[in-house]
Amino acid sequence: MTTIALPLLIGVAFGWTLERAGLGSAPKLAGQFYLRDLTVFKVMFSAIVTAMLGVFWLSRLGAIDLSSIAIPETYVAPQLVGGLVFGAGFILAGLCPGTSCVSAATGRGDGLATMAGMFGGVLLTGLALPSVSSFYSATARGTMTLPDALHVPYGVVVFAMVLIALAGFGAAERLERRP
Amino acid sequence: MSAPRVGQPFSSPYAAGVALGLVLLAAFVFAGRGLGASGAFARTASGLVAAASPSVAADNQYFSRYLADDAPVWRDWLVLEIAGVAIGAWVSARLAGRLRLAIDRGPRIAPARRLMLAAIGGGAMGAGAVFARGCTSGQALSGGAMLSVGSWLFTIGAFASAYLLAPMLRRAWR
Repeated sequence: MTTIALPLLIGVAFGWTLERAGLGSAPKLAGQFYLRDLTVFKVMFSAIVTAMLGVFWLSRLGAIDLSSIAIPETYVAPQLVGGLVFGAGFILAGLCPGTSCVSAATGRGDGLATMAGMFGGVLLTGLALPSVSSFYSATARGTMTLPDALHVPYGVVVFAMVLIALAGFGAAERLERRP
Repeated sequence: MSAPRVGQPFSSPYAAGVALGLVLLAAFVFAGRGLGASGAFARTASGLVAAASPSVAADNQYFSRYLADDAPVWRDWLVLEIAGVAIGAWVSARLAGRLRLAIDRGPRIAPARRLMLAAIGGGAMGAGAVFARGCTSGQALSGGAMLSVGSWLFTIGAFASAYLLAPMLRRAWR
């Protein structure tokens, strides 16, 4: 039962928080890239820092085993290039895959169009993958975290991330208050 | 100009962000994995390809990864999670009076053109998510919180390219 109820329940909470934040609205999301409405940055970075601190402290206190949590593997070149292509789609659509579902579920046609495009993009790129498979698998680094790569203790990276987030929030508030 | 709004005002982005972080933490602790979105599209596309041609799907290194468990599409973790996202978003918007059949767009763009750009943007995000092995949910949020190097490369790449292209798309949004 947990294999059905758990993902549904987590999804409901995920969709709820995105909608409450206003991230089902494409013009609001796009405001991020004209430095008029930095909701995307604030929500994402608060979420990352909250979950990062939770995982760090729960594992430090022995409540969870860090190795029980899946960490995406690193593929340097395909992930960087994938990010660049993704970003172009992000500013064109004004939504990301998750928020396009929020937008569509709350009645917005642009969310539905984004979802349809997403599906087509994944399907066609997947079908074309055999011809670009060497690039797809290039620069594989396995599971690689910032503490591994920088040879810095986990706690130091966590602390630095919190400082970067706080500095970012301060800058975001100043940018939004511009005339 | 702020986004056109209906219903109650949105939550504080910091409060919503902390709540989202706790949802992500719950996924890490109780499911051993983070959140996702593009993976649900990938799983559905894989199921479609497998139904049309089992051999094409099995020989494809991308689709076959999503078909490894042999379970029906609807039983997939991410497909169920995304169904939950739609339900949660609908209930939240309903309670806040924000449900509306509309095309959200900038003040100067025609609805048909907005839909076209949304579909093209969706297609580009789909292509990018294939190479990145995830999107803003699976990579930026989940991998980001686990401090994965590849997730942060994806996030930096995505935001850099959106900022670079934004001036050319002013007519769509401003």
